[in-house]
Amino acid sequence: MAIHIIDRRLNPGGKSLENRQRFLRRAKSLVQGAVKKTSQERDIKDVLEGGEVTIPLDGMHEPRFRREGGTRDMVLPGNKKFIEGDYLQRSGQGSAKDSGPGEGDSEDAFRFVLSRDEFVDLFLDDLELPDLAKRKIAQTESDGIQRAGYTTSGSPANISVSRTVRRALARRIALKRPSKDEIDELEAAIAASTDEDERLELVARLEKLKAKTKRIPFIDPLDIRYRRYEKVPRPVAQAVMFCLMDVSGSMSEHMKDLAKRFYMLLYVFLKRRYKHVEIVFIRHTDRAEEVDEQTFFYGPASGGTLVSSALQAMHEIVRERFNPSDWNIYAAQASDGDNSYSDGELTGLLLTEKILPVCQFFAYLEVGESGGSAFDLSDSSLWSLYERLRNSGAPLSMRKVSERSEIFPVFHDLFQRRDTAQEKAAP
Amino acid sequence: MTERLFEGADWDFHTLQRITDACEEVALGDLGLDVYPNQIEVITAEQMLDAYSSVGMPLFYKHWSFGKHFAYHEASYRKGLMGLAYEIVINSSPCISYLMEENTATMQTLVIAHAAFGHNHFFKNNYLFKQWTDADGILDYLDFAKNYVMQCEERYGRTEVERTLDAAHALMSHGIDRYPGKKKLDLREEEKRAGRRRQHEEEVFNDLWRTVPKGASKTRTAISLERRRKLLGLPQENLLYFLEKSAPRLAPWQRELLRIVRHIAQYFYPQSQTKVMNEGTATYVHYRIMTKLHQQGRITDGNFLEFLGSHTNVVFQPEFDDQRFSGFNPYALGFAMMQDIERIVASPSDEDREWFPDIAGKNDVMGVLRDVWANYRDESFIAQFLSPKLMRNLRMFHLHDDPEERAGIRVDAIHDERGFRRVRRELARQHDVGYIDANIEVVDVDLSGDRRLILHHRVIKGSQLNETDAKRVLQHLADLWTYDVALIEVDANDKVLREYVVSPRPITAAA
Repeated sequence: MAIHIIDRRLNPGGKSLENRQRFLRRAKSLVQGAVKKTSQERDIKDVLEGGEVTIPLDGMHEPRFRREGGTRDMVLPGNKKFIEGDYLQRSGQGSAKDSGPGEGDSEDAFRFVLSRDEFVDLFLDDLELPDLAKRKIAQTESDGIQRAGYTTSGSPANISVSRTVRRALARRIALKRPSKDEIDELEAAIAASTDEDERLELVARLEKLKAKTKRIPFIDPLDIRYRRYEKVPRPVAQAVMFCLMDVSGSMSEHMKDLAKRFYMLLYVFLKRRYKHVEIVFIRHTDRAEEVDEQTFFYGPASGGTLVSSALQAMHEIVRERFNPSDWNIYAAQASDGDNSYSDGELTGLLLTEKILPVCQFFAYLEVGESGGSAFDLSDSSLWSLYERLRNSGAPLSMRKVSERSEIFPVFHDLFQRRDTAQEKAAP
Repeated sequence: MTERLFEGADWDFHTLQRITDACEEVALGDLGLDVYPNQIEVITAEQMLDAYSSVGMPLFYKHWSFGKHFAYHEASYRKGLMGLAYEIVINSSPCISYLMEENTATMQTLVIAHAAFGHNHFFKNNYLFKQWTDADGILDYLDFAKNYVMQCEERYGRTEVERTLDAAHALMSHGIDRYPGKKKLDLREEEKRAGRRRQHEEEVFNDLWRTVPKGASKTRTAISLERRRKLLGLPQENLLYFLEKSAPRLAPWQRELLRIVRHIAQYFYPQSQTKVMNEGTATYVHYRIMTKLHQQGRITDGNFLEFLGSHTNVVFQPEFDDQRFSGFNPYALGFAMMQDIERIVASPSDEDREWFPDIAGKNDVMGVLRDVWANYRDESFIAQFLSPKLMRNLRMFHLHDDPEERAGIRVDAIHDERGFRRVRRELARQHDVGYIDANIEVVDVDLSGDRRLILHHRVIKGSQLNETDAKRVLQHLADLWTYDVALIEVDANDKVLREYVVSPRPITAAA
């Protein structure tokens, strides 16, 4: 008997991928909740690493008709001392706890591992930059390709067979190219013919037809048509995010850590979700400087505090590089709220006159010391200033954060899709 | 003859070929087995997990629940909570056995003997498999099912298909014909049938008919209950079949989906009824083959000890008060019974002669076993062949747990003269699928009124349905039926214990 031995190990893997995606789609809200819960406990870099999540199984339960309760009979192995008519205590005893077949594996909470991509996607799923408008056709970006009729030249991969054959057919008809049927008929007639003269005449006709067939090709290079594609400039919403971070001496390590976490999250979010977002990093003490992301996140700095310097720097950069009529401008500022009193007026003025009019959205994150609830203390100078502005109708969002675990919810809150949740009043 | 099949733990494809040939020699020669042609496939752990999530089949239609099972298995496998099976074998012709690549040469031998010959013989010869499954057609049918589901998703949308499949899966355990009578399933024919039907629809489609005004339908006089039940083929316990044939508002493709799920459930039905026998057969066969190969000197003492190690793990039966206990291990019980039959046939005691006059001392061990393997299922097998000696060896006892009884759980029978028959009967009953599954039937449809579908659940021994699950399943059922569905739980005296009524969800809301 022939036995087939097959090595399947090299078959492409990921056979269950499709089913897995369906499962994730179906369990989306559950998984999303789990992802958010998990990410609170994690270090910022680990958030991007995926990992194990637990979801309640309830929503994914597959119901069956199951019987339960009632009188039960069971046969068990390993009797040591019982005789007929004995009674066993019901609870506590190991013997009473035994499960009938099929009851053994309960999976009420469901743990499984998400890949990095799945994790981040779910994590950022319902976030977006608010009020992304000012769609402008960017000259550089045009990745849209669309069909645009036919052309006489192109790459062989793009040959349009149907169009080519159609043209060839039209040409053959127009030039009266003899069809195969015609030739076959003639050949049959020659074979059947008995009269020599008639046969010769027929042969001559056949020769003529064949010569004509040769002259008029079945498909001529002239017939060939290629599908044409055209690059279409797509309107691209350009946006720029200004990250303004206070790194002055009054910011403790903890506060800097909170601020950096926030920006890191913002950075991941923007990089992943928006192709066309520029990010400008500005850090300030009593003077502001534009830095690259490496310096922003890891470079040490210290000094006094002048918030206006950062706003001034932002204003200048906007004027130089980002025309407000073309760009959606966003800003996120993080500070401990300390500012020299003399600077307050200038800051307010800059913000109301220069910054806010060109911004779609301005988020202010006030970081506080761990443990001390931000609400106990009197408001910082910056907070009260901003609050005043906000109450007069400026598009400002403000949040306070003093614990690591608050970063994720606050971030979520700030960038949640607006049509799902109207902005709630800030505390 | 004494040439070794392999040395050490490594193997390659030539080794597998030699092993299979050697096993075949013993299996067909010494044991007289009759098997489908074998196809052996080597797979990785990930592929094994894939197979787990699609109920062991090499191909299956797409559904989220398989993804869920895959994620679940994968997570427990990664954490080391769960080992993977050494093999999976499929009841098809050719009989496909999947072997894990991590197995040592000894394990591959064990697995080939176990699956490619033990299970294979059982699939080919047991009457249930002959009656209910079509080994030749199953792979093609699964392929058809997969494509059909995919086409439906393209035509009618994924959500709609998923909704139908969810409902069908919920009713899967009640989509089985338990009694033969209709013609044997021919899965190849099934596939053609679906194609023909679609073609016919396309041919006779005439859009004009849609515009022809329909006259007021004739008012039907109420037909008698008897007549109605007869028309609908009631009572009907195959709920999926009933819905496929009689649900008033299902689209043809939905009926076809129900049919696919029903056929697949039916295909697995014999397996659930023969766990003990199937594993017992395969374990007995691999034990015989391995022992023979060792006797012939084809595997070394070391390899044989390795085999005995894993064999012992497989047939380990923890006692009831052991932490590891989770019911009877079908491998252990099955293997013990096969060996016991061997003993009864070859060297019976007086007790055996009294209990098993037909086979005791008959001397043709394989003849008796092959006959047993062909003509019994777990329930009848245990009822017939569980010997007093084995009951004593395993020290079996019967507990009766009546919630009404204050004193506790009563020990009803033990392994003594008075108890043997009762213990045996009770154990056999535990392996009777018809007794384990809830007995639910469609009993009536209110055709002249609100088209309410009425089901009865015959409650046995006071064991009613789990409420949350029952409601959910009924919801699925109502969605398919598209009118109200009532489930009435009645006890043996027709006393109504409980009544569920569920209305279908509007289609848009459920999407």
